[in-house]
Formats: sequence, structure tokens, C-alpha cells
Amino acid sequence: MKLWAAIKKDFRILLRDKVGLSLMFLMPILLVIIVTVIQNNTFDLLNKNSVPLVICSNDAGSASKQFIEAIDKIGMFHVQQINDESEKQFADYLHKNNSSIGIFIPSNFSDLINTKAATISSKALNSFGLQGDSVTQNHSSNSAFTFYYDPEIQPSFKLSIQGALSSALQMIESKQVLRSLYFSINEKPLPDSLENDMLNSDIKISEVSLSLNNNEGVPNATQHNVPAWTIFAMFFIIMSLGGSVVREKISGSFIRLKTLPTNFYMALLSKQIVFLIVTFLQAAIIFAIGIFLFPKIGLPAMQLPADVSTLLSVTFFCGWCAVSYAICVGVFANTQEQANGFGAISIVIFAVIGGLMVPSFAMPDSFKSIMQISPLHWCLEAYYGLFLKGGKLGDVLNNILPIFVTIIVMQLLILWGLKRKKLI
Amino acid sequence: MHTAIKIENLSFRYPKQSSDCFSNLNLEIPQGARFGLFGPNGAGKTTLMNLMTGVLDFSEGNIFMFDKSVKAKDKEVKKLFGFVPQDFSFYQELSPVENLEFFGAWAGLNKNDIKNRTENLLNILGLSEVKNKPVEKFSGGMKRKVNLAIGVIHQPKILFLDEPTVGVDVQSRHEIIHYLKQLNEQGTTLVYTSHQLNEAEKLCNKIALLDEGRIIANDDLDKLLQHHAQSDLELLFLNLTGKEFS
Repeated sequence: MKLWAAIKKDFRILLRDKVGLSLMFLMPILLVIIVTVIQNNTFDLLNKNSVPLVICSNDAGSASKQFIEAIDKIGMFHVQQINDESEKQFADYLHKNNSSIGIFIPSNFSDLINTKAATISSKALNSFGLQGDSVTQNHSSNSAFTFYYDPEIQPSFKLSIQGALSSALQMIESKQVLRSLYFSINEKPLPDSLENDMLNSDIKISEVSLSLNNNEGVPNATQHNVPAWTIFAMFFIIMSLGGSVVREKISGSFIRLKTLPTNFYMALLSKQIVFLIVTFLQAAIIFAIGIFLFPKIGLPAMQLPADVSTLLSVTFFCGWCAVSYAICVGVFANTQEQANGFGAISIVIFAVIGGLMVPSFAMPDSFKSIMQISPLHWCLEAYYGLFLKGGKLGDVLNNILPIFVTIIVMQLLILWGLKRKKLI
Repeated sequence: MHTAIKIENLSFRYPKQSSDCFSNLNLEIPQGARFGLFGPNGAGKTTLMNLMTGVLDFSEGNIFMFDKSVKAKDKEVKKLFGFVPQDFSFYQELSPVENLEFFGAWAGLNKNDIKNRTENLLNILGLSEVKNKPVEKFSGGMKRKVNLAIGVIHQPKILFLDEPTVGVDVQSRHEIIHYLKQLNEQGTTLVYTSHQLNEAEKLCNKIALLDEGRIIANDDLDKLLQHHAQSDLELLFLNLTGKEFS
């Protein structure tokens, strides 16, 4: 009866806090949609293997055609070809069209490749004790092509593109060397079948996904953002709950409760139950948006983990941690402004260092130990264990444990703070 | 006459303070009294009320309510009294009915008792027409009445009132004093502090004057006025303390 009365009271207060409700529900919903739309483009770029690449070739020889074919074959690029532009015109074209990457192939590209192939072939024949053609032209100082890139692209992304282009160039060079060698020895062209056998490796790379349920699902913006912004929403209840605790302290309601024949802990229990329900509602709404709304606006649909009971457990611990933190801030803040200001700033900082806004793998090593002080980091890791790796309860226990420890610490701080302020 | 409250050798000091607020304080408040506790600012009125209601803890001496020690923080002791603090200590987002429903349940009443007492109290205090509106939209006088209603919902034997009419218009003040007298006639002991000495004269039949943590007078109001040959409480106060009552 007493607990039920307190729960009803807390629900009524919550429902009348329109600003708090909009901060707890509307803001995270907007954030998850906006950030997922933005990130989806980047994920598409990486996952759908279609990096737009503009190529301008001024070379009429066969090597440049083979080089462009080899680039296309890699499958990583969406190649757009323009011809007969000067290098300056090409650079202007890239600027005007906001192109991220482009390559300019000069008119002597085929000559350069052929000369280099003839030189290497001659050296090889000489080293075999055979008489090779004498080729003296120095080719090493000439660039085969010019690589243009947007300075905003990430260095790691740029390196992977350069690697892909280098391997295509290497392929053309090797082909020309083989052809030259074969011709020098046999005085007839290299048969296509032999060329294929020599250049195309039959040795396969064995790939094993590190997912915990052998699910080969590709991580996408939805699977990353929905859990991240759900956690952010949960912790943002501080804007309503922290303020509510401060209001009750300032108004003297806590003092009045102290004079009544009911244990004060029931007031804390009631708040925790009510706001735990709020966090479950937030998770349900944001997950539902991921499942039902995202596909309708062109975003990947969210796939719920197979182990729903563990998903509920993780949501419970994340929610309880968020509630404990909010009450703790409310207990120690002296004014509502302090609770809201400190609450909001601390949650944003925890979100940043916890990997919600910047992926943890992109953080410097020095930050990787700092991120462990953020409860949001452990919540995110627990969710990622389920959403991205398909884990079960046992697989995410190492993430739940720090969350549980944080909850216990917060609860003890709450009791200590209330006792120190003579509120219990 | 039985004793409602008995304070024995009470000493109290706030943490980080160099001197005691009270040192070996003794006081008895008889059952059924309308007891006024007065003194200048900082005399310790609110502190003493907080000690009697268990809001503050004390280590030396004891306070009894109907022979039960307040120190034990027993539920039975808490059921004996109601507290009307100076602040609006309730939920202003909620209506009077919702506030009374919550505080009634926490005072240990069942659903039916809460419903009956709520209707009765709201009628008596003239809040029936606004019973479902959020209290934050109320005037100061109406909020004081809600504050009072919460304090008496469980029909306590002792009612502590800390400045229950501060900031209230004349009409609302008259209604509150009238209701308090009714409660007293029904057997509730009132323990009251206020800066409104003319109001106190109308309400209280026994008073104690507190100055610098000491009780300098404690008797029936009429007897004190007669004994010190003063015509009203303000002059009595000036005569005994040498200080303006503010």
C-alpha cells in the first residue's frame, strides 16, 4: 500500500514534467535517427565496397587500360572515367565535384610500365646467365600516376585505398615483366592460360568471423547507434530524476517523510522502480524505431539479438545504473540547476569517453584506460556483445559485473549522502 | 492532566558549532494544551521542534511523547504526532487529493480512511473546489491549508506547527486558527511557533519563551501576563528578554 502510493505519486510527478519527458524520450529519438542517417553513409562506403574513384587517363597504351580494369576488378571502387584532360583541369574537376579520391594517369604510363618490365626482364635474364636486351632508360624517378585525395578522409582509409591501387599497379607490372621474360626466352607471346595460372593465386585466405554465434551479419550504423543512443537516453533521465530529488530536498518533502511512520528507503525504492520502467520504455521505443521505422526511411533495420532474456537483463542493469547515478547526483546537488548542469555535462563526457560518440577503437591508447571509468562504456560493451557479436549471458557477464559494482557504489553513496544531509 | 511531551536534560549542538544550542533543557507540555514556543530569531525554536519530531538526532537527554522515547524512532511514536513545517513540504505538481492520498498512506491509513479524511479535511479547509488542481497554481494561503491538511490527515494526538500562517492573508489566517482550535477541542495537543504574537495570543493558552537556548518563562499565558504586569505578549517578551520580537 505504502510502496504503491509512492509509485503512483512518482508516476504522477513524472507525467507532469513535460520538459523532462521530452528530454528523456524526444531528444534521444531525434539523436538516434539523425546520427544513424549520417553514419549510414560512412558504413555504406565501407560495407557496400563502392568508394567513388575518378580516373583521368591520358595514356593511349594498353597498360593503362589493364590498370583501370584491375582497379575495377578489386571491387572496392565505383570507377568514373574521364579522358583527355590536363592534370590541372582534372584537379579542378575533382574540386568542383567534391570528389574524395581521383587518379591521373599521364600519357607515358604504358611506356613507363613497359620500360620497367623490359629492364627487370633483362636483369633477370642476365642473372640466369642468358643474354637480355640492353635497356638503359632510368624509370625509377618517374611516377606512374598521381593520387589525389580529400584531406578530410581518414588516414587509415587513405592507406587502404593506396594499398588497393598499389596492388593493381603491381599486378600490371608483374604481368608485363612475365610477358617480356617469356617473349625474350621463347620469342612468342605468353599464352593467356599460363599467364592466368602464374598471376592469379589459388591460395585462399581462410576467413573466420569473431561473432559469438557464428552470425556473419555485417555491423551497420543501426546496430551501432541504436544501443548507443538507448544508453544515452537512459542516463539522460538525470534531467528529470536528479531534479526531482533536489526539489524534494529543497521543498522539505524529505524532511516530512522522515517524520512519518514509514521507512524512507521505500521512497528511494519507489523512484528506482518508476524510473527503471522509464528506461525500459526508452529502450522499447528506440529499439522499435530501429526495427520498424529505419527500414522505411532507407536505413538498415535493427536485428534483435537471439538471446532476448539476456537483452532484458542487460537493459535492466543499464537502466538501474542510470537511475542510481541520477539519484546520486540529485542527493549531492544543492540546487536543481546544479543537478541539471552537472548531470547533463557529466553524461555527455561519460558518453564521449565511453565510446558512444567516438568508437572506442578510434581512441588513443591513453584513453582506453580512461574509458573504463565510464559506466556508459560497460553498458555499451554489454549491448555490443549481444547486438554485434551475438553473445549470450555468459559472454557479457564481464561487462555486467562492472555495471553492478557501479550500482552498488552509487547506492552506498546515496545512503551516505542522505545521512550526511540528515535526510534519513 | 497527562503530559503529552516531556523533555529531560536535553543537550544539543550542531556539528562544527563551538557552543551548545541547548544545555540540560527541561520542559513539559501537558496533554490538550495549545502550547506556544516563542523567542527571537536564532533562539532555537525550530531546532527544538526538529528535535521533538525526530528530524534532528540528539545524543544527550531524552524526549518523551506520551511516555515513549523519541530517540527510539519507533513507528508508534511517529504515529502520535503530525508535523506542519514552515516550508510547503509537499508535492506542488500534485493536487491536494493526490498529496493527501500519498501522505495518508505513508502515515499508515488505509484506502477508505484516506478517502473519508481527505473529503472531510478539504471541506473544512475550503479546498473542495480545487481539490483536483495542481497545488503549484494555488495562492499562499491555500498552500498553507494543504500543508496543514497533510499534517493532520492521520488525526495525530500532537500537532507541531512551525509558523503555520506565515505569508497568509487575514481571512485564511483566521480560518486556520479557527480550525486549529477545533482540533484542540477534539483532544489534539498543539505545539506552535510563530512571529505573529497577536495570533499567538488568540490561539495559545500556555507558552514558553526561549532565549539563547534557555527557557526563560513557561506557564499559562494569563498567569505570565498577570505576574509580569504586562498587557500583551509582545510587551511581556520585551520585558523578559530586553529584545524586540522580530
